[in-house]
Amino acid sequence: MSQVLFFIAGFGAIAGAVGVVMLRDPFYAVLALVVHLLSLAVLFLLLRAEFVAAVQVVVYAGAVMVLYVFVVAYVGGREEPIGELLRGRGPAGAQLRLGAAIIGGALLVELLIALLGTGLEAVGGDGAPYAPGPKTFGTPAYIGQLLLTRFLLVFEVASLLLLIAAVGAVVLARRRGGIEEDGERRVALTPLDLIRPRETGTMAEGVGGVPFAIARAREENDGARASEPVATAGTGADEEGGW
Amino acid sequence: MAIGWYLAVSAIVFALGAAGVMVRRNPLVVLLCLELMLNGANLALVAFSRMWGNGDGQVFALIVMTVAACEVCIGLGLIVAIHRRKLPIDVDELRELQG
Repeated sequence: MSQVLFFIAGFGAIAGAVGVVMLRDPFYAVLALVVHLLSLAVLFLLLRAEFVAAVQVVVYAGAVMVLYVFVVAYVGGREEPIGELLRGRGPAGAQLRLGAAIIGGALLVELLIALLGTGLEAVGGDGAPYAPGPKTFGTPAYIGQLLLTRFLLVFEVASLLLLIAAVGAVVLARRRGGIEEDGERRVALTPLDLIRPRETGTMAEGVGGVPFAIARAREENDGARASEPVATAGTGADEEGGW
Repeated sequence: MAIGWYLAVSAIVFALGAAGVMVRRNPLVVLLCLELMLNGANLALVAFSRMWGNGDGQVFALIVMTVAACEVCIGLGLIVAIHRRKLPIDVDELRELQG
């Protein structure tokens, strides 16, 4: 039974991976990745990793893939003909593609030699003995206990990393800032501007005194809003560039 | 099933993902292929965890999932920012990575 399930799930995982690499439409690639992730969750279950399998389905195949689908819909995933576009760029493109395939194949051969030619006898076995129970290997209770005792630091660092990523995504995807186009007026907002009041400690104040700095800040505030439509009046379509 | 079979699947998935990262030109699909590589590594980690009968590998796999989620978050944010600037969404066209 477990062998049949392994071959079904393993085939699904590999087929999903092939689909991600080969399908032209990014939307179908995302769907292929969902198939791959669900098959992988079945493999995790066969390996007695119930909690990891549940996280895989709920977080990965659920939340992360929804994010992908949203972005594909927003960006409008254009069809990307793999072969034609590369060949259209001359013989170098085809050579690059061939080279990439060769490198991937070499990597696979090397990994298989390393994994299957290993001297570890345990690789050929079914793994450590396993007895089902409420707090046995792989259950949420077991993983939670490990995370809060032995891997507490790792757990905290991971939460910090998630916070940094969330802040970074907000900064990257906001309306202004992030990646500026050349020639566009740059309204730079540094973290210092947020925490300090307007007329304290800038270089302009040191040179021209506080009144000058206040006047300048006002001019900047008004000017940024007033002058921008004039500057881009010629290309009115750019104003619609954001949401 | 012997642990070696799972390791073989993980190696195949990892190699497919690596080839995809090199071949594909849409950054969205490149991110998907990166996910494939991370998942191949995850499968190997969970398989070794089963082999030794302790949960360290599973905790490692969970942390890898966290890092993958962060990477997706930042990567998709970058792609949205590129799209807003009306730059081509193509890794070959985006050669100049300057602010």
